[in-house]
Amino acid sequence: MPVCCHGIFYTNAVTSSSGSLVNSTNLITKVYFPRLLGPTAAVGAALVDLAIASVMLLVIMPIFGVGFHPSLLMFIPLAAMTALIASAVGIWTSALNVKYRDIRYALPFAIQLMMFLTPVIYPVNFLPARWRWVLSLNPLSGTIGGFRSAIFGRPFNWRELAVSAAMTLAMLGAATCIFRKMEKEFADVI
Amino acid sequence: MQPIIKVRALSKRYRLGKRERYGNLRESIAGAVRATLRKLHSRNGEHATAHEPEVWALRNVDLDVQPGEVLGIIGGNGAGKSTLLKVLSRIVYPTSGRVELNGRVASSLEVGTGFHPELTGRENIFLNGAILGMRRGEIAARFDEIVDFSGVEKFLDTPVKRYSSGMHTRLAFAVAAHLQPEILLVDEVLAVGDWQFQKKCLRKMQEVSRGGRTVLFVSHNMEAVLRLCTRGILMVSGEIAEYGPVSKVAARYLEEHIASPSRVVDLTQQSRPNDTVGRARLVSLSPAGSKRGWAFPFGQDLAFEIQIETRQLFDNIELGVTLGSARGFKVASWTSTYAGIKLPLEPGLNIIEVTYEHFVILPGQYYLDISLRSDRGMEDYVYEEIRLEVLINKASAEANADSFSGVFIPTVKAASKLAISPCVQNNSAVRNLD
Repeated sequence: MPVCCHGIFYTNAVTSSSGSLVNSTNLITKVYFPRLLGPTAAVGAALVDLAIASVMLLVIMPIFGVGFHPSLLMFIPLAAMTALIASAVGIWTSALNVKYRDIRYALPFAIQLMMFLTPVIYPVNFLPARWRWVLSLNPLSGTIGGFRSAIFGRPFNWRELAVSAAMTLAMLGAATCIFRKMEKEFADVI
Repeated sequence: MQPIIKVRALSKRYRLGKRERYGNLRESIAGAVRATLRKLHSRNGEHATAHEPEVWALRNVDLDVQPGEVLGIIGGNGAGKSTLLKVLSRIVYPTSGRVELNGRVASSLEVGTGFHPELTGRENIFLNGAILGMRRGEIAARFDEIVDFSGVEKFLDTPVKRYSSGMHTRLAFAVAAHLQPEILLVDEVLAVGDWQFQKKCLRKMQEVSRGGRTVLFVSHNMEAVLRLCTRGILMVSGEIAEYGPVSKVAARYLEEHIASPSRVVDLTQQSRPNDTVGRARLVSLSPAGSKRGWAFPFGQDLAFEIQIETRQLFDNIELGVTLGSARGFKVASWTSTYAGIKLPLEPGLNIIEVTYEHFVILPGQYYLDISLRSDRGMEDYVYEEIRLEVLINKASAEANADSFSGVFIPTVKAASKLAISPCVQNNSAVRNLD
C-alpha cells in the first residue's frame, strides 16, 4: 500500500509532466513564460494528489495494525525527493515529446519498465548481493526502500538513500540542461 | 535617450517541408541508421541531404524604439510582423541577432489565449492576468475596471465556454488592455468585436500610449495605425522597408500594395472573384485627358477609358464605379443605371469612356472599383486594383480642402436669413456697450 501510493504518484507525475508542453500548445506559441514551469507545475499538481492519498494512508494504518512513530516524518523529504525524480524525468520527456510525438506512446512502457527495475513488487534481496548496487543507481529504489522503512519503522539504508539523492540531482541537472537547449525551438516545432 | 527596445541584425529562419512536421523518434532512429548505412555504402562522404527550402521570416532587422513611442508595424501577410513581435516577446528564439529590452514586456499576440473554458469569467480574469504577467494584487486592484471595460458583468460567474465569441474577445482584450508593462506588444486585437467596441479599444490604446508606455502595434487597419501611432515601420518579406513617421510609412505601404505604375492598367492578369458570370470581361483601363497619367488636378475633369471584351451582344450593361480612399473607405459611387445611361456592348472589344466633370474629390490617393452587371448578375469586377491621385492645386488650397475629407457635393444649397435681430433682443446690452 505505501509503495503503491508512491508508485501511483510517480507514474501520474511523470505522465502529466511529459504531456504538459504538448497539451498547452496555444500558450507556448502565444505567451512567454519560463518553459520549465510546464513540467514542474504538473508534478506539483500530482503532489497534491499524493498529499490526499497520504492522509488516507494515515487513516488506514491503524486499521492494519501499523503504529505511528517518528520515522513517519521522513515521508515528507522522501516525497520531495520522488517529486524531484519525477520532475527530472518529466522535464526531459516533455521536451522530447515536443519534438518526437511518439514518446507519448512509449512512455507508459518505459515507466513500467523503470518500476520493474525498482524493488516495488519484489524485495531487494531477490537479487544476489553482488548486483544490488545496480538497483541503487535507480533513484526510485532508494526512495521506495525509504518509504517502506518510514512506514514500518525499520532502520533506513542511508547509503542507498545518499546514492539515490546524488542520482536525482544529477538527473535533474542533466534534464534541465537538455531542456534549456531544446526550449529554443519549442514554439517553432510544437 | 537610451532606446527601450534595441534590435540588431535580427534574423529568423524557418525551414519548410519535412523538418517542420512533428518528428517521430522511431523515424529519427530509422533515418539515422539509414543515413549511416548510406554513408558507409557510398564511401565518398558526399552529402546526400537534399537542400531544404527555407524562409527568412526576419532578415537583418535593426530597430531602435524610444520609450513612450507608439510604433505601428505594417506590411502584407507573411511580411514578418508577427514573427517580430514573437521574437520580441521571447516566444520564438531568433536564428541570429540580438534583442535588448529595457523593461517589463507584456504581449497580447492573440486575444483570449490562456482562457480556460471551464472556469468562470471572474476566474479567467485572474488566470489570464497571471499568464500575461500581472500580480494578483494588481489584478484585484483593476478588477472592476476590467469588468466594466469588457461589459460582461452579468456573466462573470458563467463558465467562459458558454460565452459568445464576442464576449470572449471583449473580456480578453479588457484584461490585456489593463496590463501595466513598460512595453506592450499588440497583434491584431482590433480585428474582433463590433464597431462600438473597436472604438473603445482604440481609445484605450491611445490612453495607454499617452501614459508614457511603449507600444508596438501590428494591424491591417490603417485607420487605427494612423490614429494611434507616431512612427511606423513597413515590413516587406522580413526586412524593414521603411521607417519613419507613420503617415509616410502608411502611404508607402498603400502605394506599393495597390500600385498601378503604368498608365494603362492591364486587368486581364488580376485575380478575380469566382462568383462572376464572366460573359463580359474588363480588359484594361487607361486615363483620359490627363497629362500626368492617373493623376488628376482637384476640381477638374476626371476621365478614364474602360476596355471591355465580350463575345455577345448586350442591350445594356450596368457600369458601376466606386472611389475608395487610401484609408480603405469607400468615398463615392456611381452607376450608369442611376445616371439613366444605357450602355450597349457589341461582340468584340468595346470602349467606355467615363468622365467625372469638374469632380471635386479632395486631394489624395484613391482606388477605383469597377463592376459590370447585366440582367444575369455580376459579369465582372475588379476591386482596388487601380490607383489614382487627385492633386493639390490652387483651387483645393482656396477651398481649404485638406481640412475636409471625401467629396465636395456641389448640389447642396444653403442660404442665410435673419431669424431674430440682436438689436431688438439685446437692446439694453448694446446700448451699454456704446
